[in-house]
Amino acid sequence: MKARHKRLTLILGGLLLLIGATALVLSAFRENLVFFHTPTEVAEGKAPTGRTFRIGGMVETGSIRREGVEVHFAVTDTARSIPVVYSGPLPDLFKEGKGAVVQGKLGTDGVFAASEVLAKHDENYMPPEAQHAIDQAQQAAKTVQQ
Amino acid sequence: MSTSESRFNLYHYAAPQAFYPVAGKLAPIFAVIAAALTLAGLWIGFFKAPTDAVQGEVYRIIFIHVPAAWMSMFVFLVMAFWSAVGLAMNTRLSALMAQALAPTGAMFCFVALWTGALWGRPTWGAYWVWDARLTSQLLLLFLYLGYMALVAAVDDPRRRDKAGAILCLVGAVNVPIIYFSVKWWNTLHQGASVSLTKAPSMASIMLSGMLVMALAAWAYTIAVALYRVRVLILERERHADWVRGELTRLGEAN
Amino acid sequence: MIWESWSAFWEMGGSGPFVWASYGVTAILIIAELLLLRSRRVSSTRKLNRLMRAGQARKMPEVQGS
Repeated sequence: MKARHKRLTLILGGLLLLIGATALVLSAFRENLVFFHTPTEVAEGKAPTGRTFRIGGMVETGSIRREGVEVHFAVTDTARSIPVVYSGPLPDLFKEGKGAVVQGKLGTDGVFAASEVLAKHDENYMPPEAQHAIDQAQQAAKTVQQ
Repeated sequence: MSTSESRFNLYHYAAPQAFYPVAGKLAPIFAVIAAALTLAGLWIGFFKAPTDAVQGEVYRIIFIHVPAAWMSMFVFLVMAFWSAVGLAMNTRLSALMAQALAPTGAMFCFVALWTGALWGRPTWGAYWVWDARLTSQLLLLFLYLGYMALVAAVDDPRRRDKAGAILCLVGAVNVPIIYFSVKWWNTLHQGASVSLTKAPSMASIMLSGMLVMALAAWAYTIAVALYRVRVLILERERHADWVRGELTRLGEAN
Repeated sequence: MIWESWSAFWEMGGSGPFVWASYGVTAILIIAELLLLRSRRVSSTRKLNRLMRAGQARKMPEVQGS
């Protein structure tokens, strides 16, 4: 009888723990289903105001500017671009023309004050020589267009 | 222990007594295959595959991360399949198969999360984010642990099998959510490098290393599940005469 | 050989800790699973054997199993 009781409390405890964990995960899931907003959504006023959220896009080429500890850059989805200011460590893969997700608050001056910067990379994996060849081909295509 | 191997009969092997020796024969074969493929995969991954242009050497985590993540999703689907078979046809062996697979699936699920965290820190800049892909994969780990806890807690074998099967079938809904999360929603996690609908976006030598490791994970899972199901069969069928004979034999060997 | 030396191999271009912690923990988990499975097989067959020899296998309550 005693062993039975013990097992029952164990099951109930485990079940409660599992339900709690699942609830936690689901609430995180609901909140972050939209992990980031695009600059266009932000410009159209679809992003939340007054609380922190994330913007995702490309780091605009030529936009990175360092002023002391602060880094200024712009995140773009090619249609719209949002200026960002951030001070802190940047991930290694943070580069101009590459994907990034910034978390923070949109100031009244339209500048996004980021508290965290994450790099978003794509699903392509290739050796440097292959990347170099692709870059050259793209460059050549651009020159032809011009 | 005379199994009639002259005619292949699926129903014959669905009986635990018939499957037990078959599993005993197959398990070491798959274990050897798993070991050989792991060595080959590691060789390709570390000594043949070149550096990645964007990420450098840290991308080599992919050779365990992706096979482990695939395996963790696939094993849960296989468990759901055996659960459905068990519920529909009332075969004893199918529930035992699902139960034999669960710990290995949970292990791979944890490995996918762990290696993902160690990969995310140097590339994204964070060990963990609550995006849809990572969150649903974490939910899968809880489903595995919940399944194992449930199965361990229910005393009556029939009710144990049924309860486990229902949890499996309900939880299987999470697997497509994990897989398509990177398509359906904005995530930090990148899209699939390998899929049925498009050409893989990986250099072929990198891809082959990853696929060899994935095959190794398959062989490992099959081998371990077969070894484990043998123990489960002995425990479940312990009143049967053939198990008594087998136990006496094992007792003498120990 | 794509590595200039063994030390370059272990350094993994500065990502050594991340790469080796990934592979190391995976290896430990696989070994742990195999050892746990073996110990379970041994303890289970011992227990079942004991029950059988006691001649009470039919009367004993359900053996814990998962």
